[in-house]
Amino acid sequence: MFSFSEIKKSLLISLWFMFLTFPIMVIRVNTIYKTIEWRWDRMIMVGVGSFFLSFLWRFFIGKKETGKKKTDTGEVQQLTWIQRLTENKKIYLPSLVAISVFVVLFPFVFSMYQTNIMTTALIYVVVGLGLNIVVGLAGLLDLGYVAFYAVGAYTYALLNQHFGLGFWTVLPLGAAMGFMFGVILGFPVLRLRGDYLAIVTLGFGEIIRLILENWNAFSSGPSGIANIPRPGLFGLHLSLHQNIIYMYFIMIGLAIFTIFIVGRLQDSRLGRAWIALREDEVACQAMGIDKTRTKLSAFALGATWAGMGGVMFAAKTTFINPASFTIWESIIILCVVVIGGMGSVLGVICGAMVLILLPEYLRAFSEYRMLLFGAILVIMMVFRPEGIISNVRKTYKFEGLKDNNKDNS
Amino acid sequence: MLEVKNIKTYYGNIQALKGVDIQISEGEIITLIGANGAGKTTTLMSISGIVPPRSGEVLFLGQPISDLQPNEIVSLGICQVPEGRRIFPYLTVSENLDMGAFLRTDSAEVKKDQEYIFELFPILAERRNQAGGTLSGGEQQMLAVGRALMARPRLLLLDEPSLGLAPLVVKQIFEIIKKINTENKTTIFLVEQNANLALKVAHRGYVMENGRITLSDTSANLMVNEDVKKAYLGIS
Repeated sequence: MFSFSEIKKSLLISLWFMFLTFPIMVIRVNTIYKTIEWRWDRMIMVGVGSFFLSFLWRFFIGKKETGKKKTDTGEVQQLTWIQRLTENKKIYLPSLVAISVFVVLFPFVFSMYQTNIMTTALIYVVVGLGLNIVVGLAGLLDLGYVAFYAVGAYTYALLNQHFGLGFWTVLPLGAAMGFMFGVILGFPVLRLRGDYLAIVTLGFGEIIRLILENWNAFSSGPSGIANIPRPGLFGLHLSLHQNIIYMYFIMIGLAIFTIFIVGRLQDSRLGRAWIALREDEVACQAMGIDKTRTKLSAFALGATWAGMGGVMFAAKTTFINPASFTIWESIIILCVVVIGGMGSVLGVICGAMVLILLPEYLRAFSEYRMLLFGAILVIMMVFRPEGIISNVRKTYKFEGLKDNNKDNS
Repeated sequence: MLEVKNIKTYYGNIQALKGVDIQISEGEIITLIGANGAGKTTTLMSISGIVPPRSGEVLFLGQPISDLQPNEIVSLGICQVPEGRRIFPYLTVSENLDMGAFLRTDSAEVKKDQEYIFELFPILAERRNQAGGTLSGGEQQMLAVGRALMARPRLLLLDEPSLGLAPLVVKQIFEIIKKINTENKTTIFLVEQNANLALKVAHRGYVMENGRITLSDTSANLMVNEDVKKAYLGIS
């Protein structure tokens, strides 16, 4: 392993890194005394650090490659640990109970701040699961997903401002608005695929944001809408703390509802049609699948969850303006789906938790927060390109056939 | 059963079919042979509605279908095996077959049909939990044919089932095509480049050139036709 060529490779890498980081790590201009400080000790640190890291990197890449080869040749059963976990009833049921207990006790054990960011993460779980329908199942890359989120949020804000409608009335209305806008976006992009689709959806997202920003009479422009009421509980007066806990439980309920519906959709005929559409459009048509309806339903159902998430978002922050719905937000939601694992419900939940909670907990590292976050994303994509929990297709075993297979293989 | 009347199909400004007439009666195997770019695949696409004809008529059981959507045409009982197989690579073999029965709701019958497909193609039964993309070319073609049969078509449109397959596998597939025709009375419309094989299986044949039908006769007559021999059978 520590052959000469390996050491040479690592030496070259460390040299290259020393050269690359030279201007920022070594040279420092002292502006007060107008002198230049040369911090050579840092250069040595970079050199030694990158030398060892390159070894580590190669070790892990090598491990990954051999692991892949083993699964390809069938040496190792293609069961991931998570699959084993969900199939084994002995582990699955107690862990489910443990998670539910943890979820219920969470707001009473942890601080208000923790509960608050958990609620945010749950909003992203719901929205991410919605996008998962469009991107993960139907394979339509949607970069303007945040537009539906904005539609939901503004539905609540505006209906409340003008007509005084409450949270619970608007929640289904927000979902319906999301659905409608999903269909509106769906129609023009029916013929598009891949990059072209991505560009059009990106444009759609920006159009919605620009309308909200510039149409003062309608949405009061960049100054946004303030004083949006939090969700009510049968007219009871709740303190801020109680309200945060209340919203946390609403989000838990909404998330469970979403998980249930999306899970059912995935196993339905419509879900099958989406997966087939992702894989081959012509074959789909030859099988008699209505391409138009299938695509539209993917867009519309995906947008429905974004609409609900938007209503919740508006109720939680009590203030919205177009700056909350930039392209960056779309990218984050897309990251939730891709990093979590496309098409996998459990993966998307994990993705939302990691992506939303990580930046919060990394606050301890203050300035290095985003750097660490970026590094984690890059490492994720190198070592687990299929996401944290990749989509495991359901398989059914035919016990009677086992003997036959043995003879042939 | 199927009547194609003077259809003209375009890809944008390019005219691919310049008036094609075809007649297929129930229970027949009809083949359409011709050189590359003659318009064979386009004819199939026009029948199945994926590339609808701009003028002319397609009648199925006396009912005009050229204005229908592809999925409506499938539901009438016309099922296409597209060129180049086009199976779903990440779905398993049995899921691929299930996709074929997408429009059917009688799940007990679907299960029976799946067993029938596994009888026709025993290799598929062995590989039923394997992803479609990991099958060999011949197995994929069998899967594509099986998938189309799952729709219980009255008319099966086959587009170049011999494409890119070893001669032995091609022979096997053609035998099964014959078997499907005799056992289930499924009418088959076969588009082929391999004229020799296609004419051996089919009852009647059409010869296509530059978007037009130039010859139509029984297979036996076409096999001995001097022009066909020279152009498509490689016998001079």
